[in-house]
Amino acid sequence: MTLIVPVLTLLAIGVVALVTTLSEPSVEEITAIGYVDEVGIFDDHTTLGSIELVPFASREDANKALSRNEVAEFIIIPANYTSSGTIQRYTLEKELGTPPTTAAMIKIFLTVNLLKALVPPDIVTLIVSPLNLKVTRITEAGEVALEQSNLANLIIPGVFSLLLGLALMSGATSLISGSGEEKESSLIEVLFSSVSVRQLLISKVLALGTAGLLQVLVWLISAPLLLGLASSSFGGFMSKIQIPVNFLVLGIIYFILGYLLFAVLSIGIGAISSSAREGGQLSLFYTLMSFAPLWFMSLLMFFPDSSIWVVLTIFPVTAPVQTMLRLGVSDIPLWQIMTSIGVLGLSIIGGLFLSIKIFRMNMLMVGKRPGFAEIIHSLKNA
Amino acid sequence: MKTVAVHHLVKFYAGKTAVKDLTFSVDPGEILGLIGPNGAGKSSTIKIILDFMKPDSGEVEIFGHQMNEACKNIIGYLPEERGLYKKLTAIDLILYLASLKGMDRVTAEKRAHELLRQTGMLENKKMKNKDMSKGMGQIIQFIVTIIHDPELIIMDEPFTGLDPVNTEIIKNMIGNLRDEGKAIILSTHQMNKVEELCDRVLMINKGQAVLYGDLKKTRASFTKNSVQVAIDGELGDLPGVIDKKVNKDSVELVLAPDTTPQIILDRLRERGITINRFEITTPSLNDIFLNIAGANHE
Repeated sequence: MTLIVPVLTLLAIGVVALVTTLSEPSVEEITAIGYVDEVGIFDDHTTLGSIELVPFASREDANKALSRNEVAEFIIIPANYTSSGTIQRYTLEKELGTPPTTAAMIKIFLTVNLLKALVPPDIVTLIVSPLNLKVTRITEAGEVALEQSNLANLIIPGVFSLLLGLALMSGATSLISGSGEEKESSLIEVLFSSVSVRQLLISKVLALGTAGLLQVLVWLISAPLLLGLASSSFGGFMSKIQIPVNFLVLGIIYFILGYLLFAVLSIGIGAISSSAREGGQLSLFYTLMSFAPLWFMSLLMFFPDSSIWVVLTIFPVTAPVQTMLRLGVSDIPLWQIMTSIGVLGLSIIGGLFLSIKIFRMNMLMVGKRPGFAEIIHSLKNA
Repeated sequence: MKTVAVHHLVKFYAGKTAVKDLTFSVDPGEILGLIGPNGAGKSSTIKIILDFMKPDSGEVEIFGHQMNEACKNIIGYLPEERGLYKKLTAIDLILYLASLKGMDRVTAEKRAHELLRQTGMLENKKMKNKDMSKGMGQIIQFIVTIIHDPELIIMDEPFTGLDPVNTEIIKNMIGNLRDEGKAIILSTHQMNKVEELCDRVLMINKGQAVLYGDLKKTRASFTKNSVQVAIDGELGDLPGVIDKKVNKDSVELVLAPDTTPQIILDRLRERGITINRFEITTPSLNDIFLNIAGANHE
């Protein structure tokens, strides 16, 4: 997984570069839309991008042209349009609604022709042009912020969060699978005749944490190179992406803590599972939960200040992915980050303590899952 | 000082008594055979000795001390089921588990090669465990058990999956370990192996010790007043014989209380009967086991 991600990314960039280099630019297809102007003023601006508006004298003529495929569709601008505001559109296609591009072009056509007699052409152009909003982020002191907002900055947190979720899931699965193999094969008995339960489990947790650290380091080292390569393939879009230092630092912290938490959870699941397969199934509960922030990513973008994100930032299982996503959308108050890290840390320590107890009691139970009462008993007596 | 001393061990599982007031010991340079029917409490006893679980009462002492982390380095354990990492090679597994016992790599490599050579597994040292037969895996498991030269060795069914040649090799190695002064607990259902190897025997049934002591004396205590004879011709009626049991190639003569085997031997000679075999009947451990376990089952 560590090397697969950068290698696959490199491959994807290469494929895009290859396709764009080898492909001939496609000839833009012009869509003809017929129109019947019963008002008598709509005769200007008939070519709009890939759409050409073709006038017809009557509805019958437009219908004939439609049936001969000379036009894709036609509109009727009725004589009372300026009072009713309604345009009738005729098409052979079955649609849920008018395609946004078509609607936009028709709107521009109507607007230009309605205003041409009342305002200068350059003002008409300004009215129909898309909104050009230049945004500058400033600090509370009124100075220009170092990190400026743009959609591109959501890409890194989004990708990072997805990779984090996948890495946590694969690490947890690997740990449970290994524990299951040891339990099913009596290897666990050989191990426990050599080391204590505490030594074995802590070393598993640390090993997984180290693997997580190595993984994130490989990704961090390869990221600038990949972004540079990608920017040439994707037309400079990627060059807008900034990776702030605080994101890097927090990313590493949450990656490690996430790995440690999932290791601890996996040990506990491994202890109560009757087999590796069952352990894998039980682990889905928290591995899928870790992905939950990604499901609500679009909501986060539109409602970044909702208190539900605060809860998910502090709840240990969702904290790593949620925090990384929030960093791409808005600033997170320091107290939330400190609380989140603190709760994660305490969860890891507490979870390890409980997992060791449960593991010690149930490690030799193969083929039988302990009931809830047995788990409570083992917590009290192990 | 005793290597292992178990005092009044008690263990309950979900309301059931797995081990009931068990007391025994194992000395250096001795092999204790641990036998009993399935579910008797043998595995539970072994797990408590190894500190896999705590007893509900009683205590276990290893060299006079309570079991602790330091004791683990002088204990070798061979579980009943094969426990090997499938993707590791034999030599890698041995060296890894040796390192867990505190052995340095150089010493472990040297000893591993010697043990692999003794067991005829040297050429397979690079074979992955998943590619090994059951017997080969068992040998590797045995090597792992003794690689660190432990003082206490606990083996649960060490001969499983072994062909006669390898069985003999492992048996000889166990004997050598005993001669070197190791204390060995051997748990097995193969009574013939217990008779061949063990010095003392502990039989557990329903969590309790039903037999404990020197193997020869134990067998002798179950000796009936009977002899096994194989002769040419017919035996006929023989005074002093109260019952005859015909076996495959001999006859067991059950003697009257006032008749000794010597008297029967004299009477057979007086009749001029050719005697091919004459042996005082000593019950096998298997017979004793069946006798006790069967009686308790009823």
